[in-house]
Amino acid sequence: MPDARITIPAKVQRGAPFEVRIVIRHPMETGYRTDESGKPIARNVIRTFVCRYNGEPVFSARLSPGIAANPYLRFFVTARESGELVFEWQDDAGASVSERAALTVT
Amino acid sequence: MRGATLGAAACAVALCAAAAAAQERALPLSELRSGIDFAGPSVRALQADDVANPGMLWVERGEKLWNEPSGTAAASCASCHGEARSGMRGAATRYPAYDAGAEAVVDLEARIVDCRVRRQRAAAWPRESDELLAITAYVAHQSRGLPLAVSIDGGARAAFERGRAFYYQRHGQMNLACAHCHEQNWGKRLLAETISQGHGNAYPVYRLEWQNLGSLQRRLRACLFAVRAEMPPPGAPELTDLELFLAWRAQGLPIETPGVRR
Repeated sequence: MPDARITIPAKVQRGAPFEVRIVIRHPMETGYRTDESGKPIARNVIRTFVCRYNGEPVFSARLSPGIAANPYLRFFVTARESGELVFEWQDDAGASVSERAALTVT
Repeated sequence: MRGATLGAAACAVALCAAAAAAQERALPLSELRSGIDFAGPSVRALQADDVANPGMLWVERGEKLWNEPSGTAAASCASCHGEARSGMRGAATRYPAYDAGAEAVVDLEARIVDCRVRRQRAAAWPRESDELLAITAYVAHQSRGLPLAVSIDGGARAAFERGRAFYYQRHGQMNLACAHCHEQNWGKRLLAETISQGHGNAYPVYRLEWQNLGSLQRRLRACLFAVRAEMPPPGAPELTDLELFLAWRAQGLPIETPGVRR
């Protein structure tokens, strides 16, 4: 599966805020559920999420078991220079995922 | 004079019969309402926005699978069918459909698995696997906005009649037929839910209860579980027959895949 769907505008004006939207493919298993044989299903939620804009963190979040599967995050960033947005997240299963999106500032 | 009146009456009866055959349907077209009409505003917003709709994760995965060579034939779906955007437009509106080779009615999932096994010579994907849901969602997504139009003639007729019988037959400890809720009581409340007309035009759907994409067969099994009836296994002919009846019953409703439901 793709790890995430990231949506940012194709071009943004310098100094203007723009919207970043990301849907992360993740089960967000709470740890409170059991499988069909009654065994507990291990907790696996995304713990930390950070978005870096040309290396500098511009948005970060701590997620918890109360958040549904395939979390959808939406936030605003102010455009400065053309470059790259890097999205990183870590979950309880030890997976560390990084996705990137190129940004053009005019 | 009298003869002329009788003749006119007979003519009118014949016309009525012809019109009835052409428009034979369980619910009048003007009364057909997609399941999304019964959903709350937040669910409707989630389905309407392709960026937020979690089902699009599977559609995107399906697009990759479409172009990926697979099996010992080393062919991808695209090798034979070309661009899905044009080649698969409208395909999902015609399923379930009669397959003369298999001498049975097959649903979209079964058709894709058959193609995969016989043409690509690859291992079959199990029902409800991420891959099968993804490619089914991708193919059905190409028909979004097109009305369902299955054929119930010829080889499909027997399966259609079995599906119709299943729909109107009582099931399980609750002793309920599908029609009791979805034909006689749609629009009314069942606890916190508004009862829908029970159409499958948005499947596979992302169901919030499942936290996952799921097929129409999974939904049908869940409904049978709820009336405490025996659930046919995934892929069972009873479920395919019922899918065909439901698709016929919903004919004219546009496909919404990937839908979002509670």
